[in-house]
Parts: sequence; C-alpha cells; structure tokens
Amino acid sequence: MTFGEIERLARQNWGSLYNGEITHILVGTATCGRAAGSMAVLEAIRREITGLEGKARVSEVGCMGLCSCEPLVVIIKPGDFTVCYHNVTPQMAPQLVEGYVRGDDPCLELALGTVAGGGEEAVYIPELDLFKYQSRVLLRNCGYSSPLEIDHYIAGGGYRGLARALEMKPGRILSELEKSGLRGRGGAGFSTAAKWAMCSRAKSKTKYVICNADEGDPGAFMDRVLLESDPQAVIEGLIIAGYTIGAKQGYIYVREEYPLAIQRLEIALRQASEKGLLGRDILKSGFSYKVEIVKGAGAFVSGEETALIAAIEGRRSWPEQRPPYPAEAGLWGQPTLVNNVKTLAYVPLIIQKGGGWFAGIGTRNSPGTALFALAGKLENTGLAEAPMGTSLRTLVYDIGGGMKRGRQFKAVQIGGPSGGCLPEGLLDTPIDFDSLKEAGAIMGSGGVIVMDEDNCMVDTAKFFTDFSRQESCGKCTQCRIGTCHMFSMLDDITKGQGTLKLLEALQELAEDIKEGSLCGLGRMAPNPVLTTLRYFCGEYEAHVLEQHCPARVCKELTAYYILPEKCYKGCDHCVLACPAEAVFSDEQGLKVVDQGKCTKCGSCELVCPAEYNAVIRLSPVSLVPENRRTKPGTPSKEPE
Amino acid sequence: MTKQSLEQGESSLNQENVEIIDILVESRRHARHLIDILQEIQSREGYLSNQDMLEVAKSLKMSSATVWGVATFYNQFRFSPPGKKPVRVCLGTACHLSGGQLVLDAVARELKIEVGGTSEDREFDLDRVACIGCCALAPVVTIGKDVYPRMTPPRVEEVLVELNPSSIQKGLGAG
Repeated sequence: MTFGEIERLARQNWGSLYNGEITHILVGTATCGRAAGSMAVLEAIRREITGLEGKARVSEVGCMGLCSCEPLVVIIKPGDFTVCYHNVTPQMAPQLVEGYVRGDDPCLELALGTVAGGGEEAVYIPELDLFKYQSRVLLRNCGYSSPLEIDHYIAGGGYRGLARALEMKPGRILSELEKSGLRGRGGAGFSTAAKWAMCSRAKSKTKYVICNADEGDPGAFMDRVLLESDPQAVIEGLIIAGYTIGAKQGYIYVREEYPLAIQRLEIALRQASEKGLLGRDILKSGFSYKVEIVKGAGAFVSGEETALIAAIEGRRSWPEQRPPYPAEAGLWGQPTLVNNVKTLAYVPLIIQKGGGWFAGIGTRNSPGTALFALAGKLENTGLAEAPMGTSLRTLVYDIGGGMKRGRQFKAVQIGGPSGGCLPEGLLDTPIDFDSLKEAGAIMGSGGVIVMDEDNCMVDTAKFFTDFSRQESCGKCTQCRIGTCHMFSMLDDITKGQGTLKLLEALQELAEDIKEGSLCGLGRMAPNPVLTTLRYFCGEYEAHVLEQHCPARVCKELTAYYILPEKCYKGCDHCVLACPAEAVFSDEQGLKVVDQGKCTKCGSCELVCPAEYNAVIRLSPVSLVPENRRTKPGTPSKEPE
Repeated sequence: MTKQSLEQGESSLNQENVEIIDILVESRRHARHLIDILQEIQSREGYLSNQDMLEVAKSLKMSSATVWGVATFYNQFRFSPPGKKPVRVCLGTACHLSGGQLVLDAVARELKIEVGGTSEDREFDLDRVACIGCCALAPVVTIGKDVYPRMTPPRVEEVLVELNPSSIQKGLGAG
C-alpha cells in the first residue's frame, strides 16, 4: 500500500468516527487518570451506553496534561460542541450519557470547557487561561487522539514526516535538522543534528538507534505521558532516525515501572508493522527497520547514555569514559544513536513542516518548545508545553495558576536531582538551556516542583542528596562516598547538630564531587545543595544557629502543640488518631501532646477539625510552654 | 494457609523453578538476555532465589558473582518472597514534599514491617519507590495494581483495614 492509500483509509475511519452520526466519548486512561479513578468511570460509561450501539462509542485516550482535573471525559457530538468534563466520577456517568449522548443537554455544570482543535491542529480548551501561554507541539494529540488506534494518528498528519523522509536523501534530513536547531531534550541540550551527523558518518554496516525512555528523575513524567498518549509520534521519529543514520534496528528502553507505557508501545508497534510502516521494505522504499522494547530494571544512572547501553547489553549499568562516543562505538561496539523520547517526537514534525518552522518557535539558541511536568504546591499541576524563553514566572503563575490556597511562593526546583532550587528573585529567568545553567539549575528533563513556605530547603537538599546517594552506581569515589558524606552532613543540620564550619565543609565537598565524577549524574548531584546554599543560606543558618526550622518540617527541630484557647474539650479526634498515644487531656479536658511520646507523624494536625484548627507546629521546640510538655504526675518510664 | 502447607507449596514451586529457568535459558542462551531472564523469573515467582540465580549462571556460563552483581544493581529485583499485596510508597520529589515520608512511616507502623520486608502473614510487603510518575496526585501509594492518590497517615489505616479485614481485630486488640 502506498502512503497515500494508508492515509486515505485512515481518514475514512477517522471521519466515520468523528464526523459521522456517532457520538464519541473519550475517557483519559493514562496512569494519572487511572490513579484518579478513570477505569471505574470508563466502566460506568460503557454500562450506560449499552443499547446505543451504532450511536455512541467509547475510546480510551491518553492525558491532556490537566492532572488536577482527572478523570477527564470528552464527548464529541456530531454537529454540536465538543465538551470536556472534569473530575468525573462513575456516579456522573448516567447524567452525562442521559444528558449529552441521548439528549441535548451538555451538562454545563460538570464541564471544564469546550474542546477546540483536533485533527491536524493541537487540541486545547479555549475557556482555560492556562492554554493561552502554551504552544502545544508534542502534546498536540494527547488526550484526544487514541494511542490504541494508529488511524487516529495518521488522520491527524501522522507518518507524513516518515513518508516524506523516505523520499529524501539522509543528507537533506540532516540539513533540515541543522536548520531547526533542535537540541536534545534529555537534559544536556546537545545539538541533535550534530549527533545524528556523527552517527551517519561512522563507517559500519551495523548501527543502532536507542530511544531513551528511562525517565528516572523523581518528579518528571513527561516521557510517560507521551508514550501513553501518543506513542506513534515517538516511533515515527525513531524510524526516521534509523533511516537517516543507516540503522536497521531500533530499541526503546522503558522503565519497568511504566507498565502502561510498555503495553501501549507494544500495541502501537504492532499496528505500525501491520500498516507496513515498520519491518521489511517500509513503504516500498527499500529501507527495512525493526524496533524492540527493552524493559529497564530500574536504575537512575541508566538514563546516562553509556550506562544505558551497558544495561541493554545485560550488564551492570555503569557509565563509561567518553570518547569514544556511542555515535562511534556504542551498543555491542557499533555506532549507536541515543535520543530522548521528546527529541525523537519532534523529528516527524520538523521533517513535515521544515526546520525553519521549528527554529521560529522559542529562542535563537534554544529553539522549539519545552515540556514541563508541573508538580508541588500549584493550583494547576500537570503537563505544560511552552515556547523556550518563557519565564519561570509565567510558568508558575499563568500556566500553573499560582500557589495553592494563596500560599507564599518560596522556591522552584527545576531539573530534578541534578537541578537546582531557584528563589523568587530569579523568577524572571527565561527557560532555556543556557539561562538556567547560568542560574545554577539545569533544564534537565523538565520536572518542575514548586515549593511554598511549608517546605524546608535543607530538607529538600537532603532529599535529593539521599536520592543521588542511593542511585550512585558506585564507579567514582567522589560520587559514591561524597554523596554519602553530604547526606550525613545535611542530616546533622536537620537535626540541629550542624555548625557554621560544617556548612563550609559541605560547600567544599559539593564542589569536589562536581570535579571528580565521570558522568553527568555525579557531576550534577551536588547542584541541589549548592543552589540552596547559594540562595537560601539564611535557612541553613537558622537550623545551625537557632535550632530553628523556618518551615517547621525537620522533625527534630519541630514540636506539635495544641493551642488550649482553640481546643474543644468535647472533641477527641487527635486522641483517637495518635498512633503513639501521646495526646492526653488536661484537667479541663483540653488536649496536650506529650512531647516525650510524640513521634511527629502529623496525624493530630490532619484530623483536627477545621473549625478548631488547634494543632500547630512550633520550631524551635523550646517554644512549647513548659507546663504543657509532658503529662504531669506520670513517671517517664513505667516501673517493671 | 498453615505453615506446613506453605512449606509444601514452596518445595513444589522450587521444582517448577528449575523447569522455568530451563525454558527461559533454552530460548535465549546469551548473556545479553540476563536482565530479561531475571525479570521473567521474578514476574513468575515474585522474587529471585539463590537457587534461581545459580541455575541462570550455570546455563549462561557466567560466574554466579556476575549474575548476583547484575541482579543487586537494579532496584527492580528482590531476593525474598513477596507478600500477596505489594505496597509501594512513592517518595519522588512531589510525594516527599507533600508528606510521603509520613505516609511511609504510617504504612510501616500499621503493617509492623520495615521497608523491604514482608508482613508475618505474607499478606503485604513494603517498599519505597523513587517516582511512579503520578506527581500531580501526591503523595501516592500503590497496592498491587491499584493507585491510591493523596494519601495521609489516617487514610493509610483506612485503606489497609479495608484490604485486610483480619487486621481490624488486631488493630482493636492493640488499641
């Protein structure tokens, strides 16, 4: 079949789905949707539409990126508005089906907005402000086009890039990439064209392409969403890469922790093969290509390209000295191209629309868009895609909707365990590879965590260091032992045992680790410590000099205290919730936390009814009034 | 299940093991598939026993130290029998910032086991994971294939009691 025929057939199928008589119901069932209960919603909707065969159809789709609104349901009604519903429960299914599928009531009280775009245009919800600041290139199909039906992807312009690429000489593809200025989205921002050219020049009969989907960065889930929502885009990019450098075999290395992404990739690969877009003699071009999925067994360091290759070869995932670069001698000693999921997903569009189109988005040195996973104390958490050069402020306040419950912004952590924490003063920093590096953070894979006054910066640095310490592969001494020492120093500080001298030593050690590690992960592991020391030094000093944790997070420096003037004697919530039996009543029936018994689990604070709101945290612990610290009259230990 | 029947079950499982490994190794007798093979054994049996790894080493003509070295390098592999319901507490950045550690402490307290352990009745085992990619729903706990979003210590108790009603009595007894 020629590509023209494949496309025509796909459009016919698509057309009958979307423009025919059938009402189409889309349920977002990516991992985040499932966590919010979308499988029960799917089941309920299926139940409700029995008897409507030929009139209504349900499809599973991926994630639109509006995680805080999950589960999401979209109803596409022929000749009427397409409406998106948010926070849908199974109990709403009868109302939605009765209202908008059987009847003409769009149930506006449950709606988030209407859906615009679709087909070849990016999907968006015009009623939501957060879409105004975005330009969705990678996310264009997510949450609308079904990842389980290749025809959706093709009808929206999919695989046109591949068809075009197969008619071009590899040299032309490389010059188009060069023109686009695309930089690798795995974090380091190396020029994609240069990497491909190096691989293409390498003289070898056997070459490989690896799609790096080992998204190990805690706080990043863009690759997962892309693979679960629009897997064909990644596969198309992977095929074009193979054709360009002259490889016959591609691999997708996915984390085993992403079972749904693996499942959807398998389906997508099978469908692509059935269409003749993978396998022998693709689209009669004479080019043959196979793609295999490799399941990663879970190691953060596997994200580094030489370590990734070792993992595919069945070895311990240890980084190797470069050069030789994988582009010269990689998997089983053959030239190997390693690209991130997002990098590959841009490629089909660059071929289809031209490098100039891509270079026109974003900034001069960092063209294109940036895909972020927004998490933390924001109103709108989820995925966002904005042009490079957008400021952090726009990302936090306009796209992220600002701080949750009007809390005070404190810091934004960008780039995961290799990135840095930036304060309010740097919110106007444009997001691009070079500006972020200058500020001490990195673009990284794009995980953005926003913190408020309830988050302790020392604790945050300790958290990332703990991660790096556990995930250090152990090859270089500075990283293996250095991160352990950094962790124990930070641990001492959070326990109030730090000194000013220790802070100096911490700074020095962090710089040594940067110098003495082989791979990027080791070299960047001290970034969270260095940036917090640089921008939040006062907070470290408060821990060290005053035994005071300003965010009241560090357990040893914080006490739970029940305000007697707010406590209500008839309420026993905290007493019942306390797992340590540390809450007792004083002679007036008001509750007191026995500081000797308290394990600081926070249960009392959570269960204290909002109308009393009597449980607070105090730091330093010496702020707890002396007469309300322990149960009077009880010996500290019961006699034997 | 009584202790005796558990033991019986185990020994019959071990015989099966050898067969499984034979099949696995027969089909792909190459060192490059070591991780695949280990993953497949774990997905069938829930963990990697010493016996399994020795068998794999022999078939792939590798030293057992190499097999052990690879298996222990990756977070996915476990070396003790799992519980029926694996409890995974996410401690990714977003979960950490919204109290993931307190949730982990609560699970450990309720199940009376430590991270990496299996409860006495082999109902639950507990592990922490670095990030399962549900950051917007933090803090997250997964039990088996179910994801529990926005957990708190009091919610942990509710969920675990719901899943294992026999623990209600225990809970009352202890309380």
